[in-house]
Amino acid sequence: MADRARIAHLLRRATFGPTAEEVDAGERAGYDATLERLLRPAERDPGAPVFAADPGPGKDATREQRQQANQQRRKEVTSAVDWWLDRMVATEHQLAEKLVFFWHGHWATSAQKVKVARLMLGQQQTFRDHGRGGYAAFVQRMVRDPALILWLDGQKNTAKAPNENLARELMELFTLGIGSYAESDVKAGARALTGWTVDRVAGTARFAARRHDKGAKTILGRTAAFDADGFAALVANEPAAATFLAQRLWFRFGSGEPIPAEVRDRLGAAFAARRHVDDLLRALFTDPAFAGTSGQLVKQPVEWAVGALRQLGIRPSTRGEQAPKQLVNVLNGLDQTPLRPPSVGGWPAGAAWLTTSSLQVRLRAAEQFAAWAAPAVRERLAAAPAQGRPDALARLLVVDGWTDRTRAVLTEAAGKPERLIQLGLVSPEYTVH
Amino acid sequence: MDTLTRRKFLIASGVVGAGALAAGAAAYTLDDILGTAGDRPADAGTLVLVTLYGGNDGLNTVVPFADAAYQDARPDIAYDAGEVLRLDDETGLNPALTGFHRLFTEGRLAVVRGVGYPKPDRSHFRSMDIWQTADPVRPGTTGWLGRWLDTAGGDPRLAVSFEPALPPLLAGATSAGAAVETGPRRRAAGVTGLGASSPGEAPLQARAARCFADLERVDQMMTTVREAEEAGRREADDDTDPATGTGGRSDLGTQLDLVAQCVEAGVSTRAFSVSLGGFDTHADERQLQEILLAKVDKAVTAFADRMAGRPVTVAVYSEFGRRVRANASDGTDHGTASNVFVLGSGVRGGLHGEQPSLTDLDDGDLKHTVDFRDVYGTLLADVLRADPAQVLGGWDGRLALIGS
Repeated sequence: MADRARIAHLLRRATFGPTAEEVDAGERAGYDATLERLLRPAERDPGAPVFAADPGPGKDATREQRQQANQQRRKEVTSAVDWWLDRMVATEHQLAEKLVFFWHGHWATSAQKVKVARLMLGQQQTFRDHGRGGYAAFVQRMVRDPALILWLDGQKNTAKAPNENLARELMELFTLGIGSYAESDVKAGARALTGWTVDRVAGTARFAARRHDKGAKTILGRTAAFDADGFAALVANEPAAATFLAQRLWFRFGSGEPIPAEVRDRLGAAFAARRHVDDLLRALFTDPAFAGTSGQLVKQPVEWAVGALRQLGIRPSTRGEQAPKQLVNVLNGLDQTPLRPPSVGGWPAGAAWLTTSSLQVRLRAAEQFAAWAAPAVRERLAAAPAQGRPDALARLLVVDGWTDRTRAVLTEAAGKPERLIQLGLVSPEYTVH
Repeated sequence: MDTLTRRKFLIASGVVGAGALAAGAAAYTLDDILGTAGDRPADAGTLVLVTLYGGNDGLNTVVPFADAAYQDARPDIAYDAGEVLRLDDETGLNPALTGFHRLFTEGRLAVVRGVGYPKPDRSHFRSMDIWQTADPVRPGTTGWLGRWLDTAGGDPRLAVSFEPALPPLLAGATSAGAAVETGPRRRAAGVTGLGASSPGEAPLQARAARCFADLERVDQMMTTVREAEEAGRREADDDTDPATGTGGRSDLGTQLDLVAQCVEAGVSTRAFSVSLGGFDTHADERQLQEILLAKVDKAVTAFADRMAGRPVTVAVYSEFGRRVRANASDGTDHGTASNVFVLGSGVRGGLHGEQPSLTDLDDGDLKHTVDFRDVYGTLLADVLRADPAQVLGGWDGRLALIGS
């Protein structure tokens, strides 16, 4: 694989969609330096907007006050989604933000049930602050994350009446995977997590000792008076947790094909040494198998849309009130709205995104994005001689090349730069990466 | 787990087998399909599969109200004899299911009790995988209706879902059903060329290209459905607005309206997949479940009435029932065996299957009395006129649910 192609592949996977200039810079710096820069960017990044405290309506609130408060909450979630999408486009810490998006799909918590933007953003901040460091500490933070607790009924889990929802999903979907634990571990794990509740006014998780089951529990063959921290550390340090996380990251950053056993073992070993997420990312992007995964992932709708906006020089927040709304409509139509994963299992992948229905939405969205494209982008395309425009488009969209089929369609439209951009964005070559 | 909007359980793994990705289907026009309507065997039916995502509590849907063990296990959420809609002296329907109750008394609703599979899995995802793939041991990447589609020629229009993403149910080994958008459509011009296959391209890229070809064909089908519907309205001199075209997410009623329109227009589709989410009632179950069951009742009953006299069969299922004993949040945790509803013309109404014991339990859960593949086998043989063994890995169990 030529160096430029290797670096383009890395940047397509490790960012929300690289610009041609970012590939140029990567080519100059080389693969290893580019990867280091992704893992350790120097500059500071703009922080999250602060959301006003949401005390919620009191017990004596009138119906009207309650309706008002609900409306306000919905508005705050909407602005949080707009803000995040804008950040994905604008941030220079692309890999960091993409990993936040990965964790969001992994611990798939939805504002549908949590309802409060501040709690959703609080969880997101935990992904930012701890999602790339020591894994056990991260999992410990997550089991006391207020949004996750509300999402999985943790506040209803008490010594008297354990609720298994959080304990089960923690082992099945978040850390170990099916087959690495037994039903009895779910039941005992639920007991370890008892006692954590959420103070909705303060927006924090609170431990109510009276509700906690202090007794001994046997989890994964070990017996102790496990509490939430102990249980979280236990699962995070299991051998199965290393290979499970390796598989999940490979599945979103590497390939939708089943992970080859030797890749799984290499990544698992790289992670197991320190249980540090960055070690796993580095191992993944430098694994010999990574370069061969080109074309084995379908871009998720958020990746597709945010990548297009980046390449076309469009910052949604600077285009008036309608643009963010239209962007969210597109993502709704494609069935991937940030902060609203369809279930605790997260978003689908691969061919599930490739339907006639989603193609309809992509066609409309691509037309819109092309119309929004920065003047400089359109001018650069128009400056190329007509027969060279398909190649100029490939450079703009960081596509390695067009098939004869697509080139024929593009050549026909070469006279109209906007149309050319639209076709490029919906092309099969751009749809996968 | 989401309690309200769990619309689908697309497993985060390759939904469609590699074969299906590269497969190409012969091109048909809608005229071809409408032209063949008469060739269809008169007894060949249409199957509408309704998936209730989240694990619907079967014991509070078809209620064994006379069983003391039922009342004892869930005193705060149990229904008593006065509340249920009685089916017999021991069994009654949830009070929200008034339409189902009428269909039952008319002999058009079959209630199959105790449906499950060996070694039940209490994970939503795994269990839904198992139900959709019909493989309790090693659920793979093909759904049972997808495998039926493979045997039926592979035209995506034969198996249709009105959801934006394709449920694993409709993914075959060499073909895949069509996911059809329910919102207003605009014809896409000038992109047909992107639908050509290109030798040697990656399977997913080939699949992306095939979407352009499929879009063209599904477009034609849906346009004709809408035209037929509008013509019908004009003839009926009906001045109400067309039901479709609202865009956004579709609820069960909207999805079933579209199915009804398709059936009435005589399209070639033989199997439809529709769904409703939100049944994961870990807390405050009674009220939530009644709201959801009322939705199901209203949508499915209206559909059954509209389809009366046509060979259309509806089957309603969920990935598992819930635990016999209530939890302390006035809800129930994940369980095992549950009921499947089968309704439509030709269905032998009544109670089928044996009600599992509420005292002889498997770790707190019901033991299944009917294997779910017996239900699928019946639908494949008696509705789709296919050989169940070919689709269900040799399974040949059946139930007497349909026919005289």
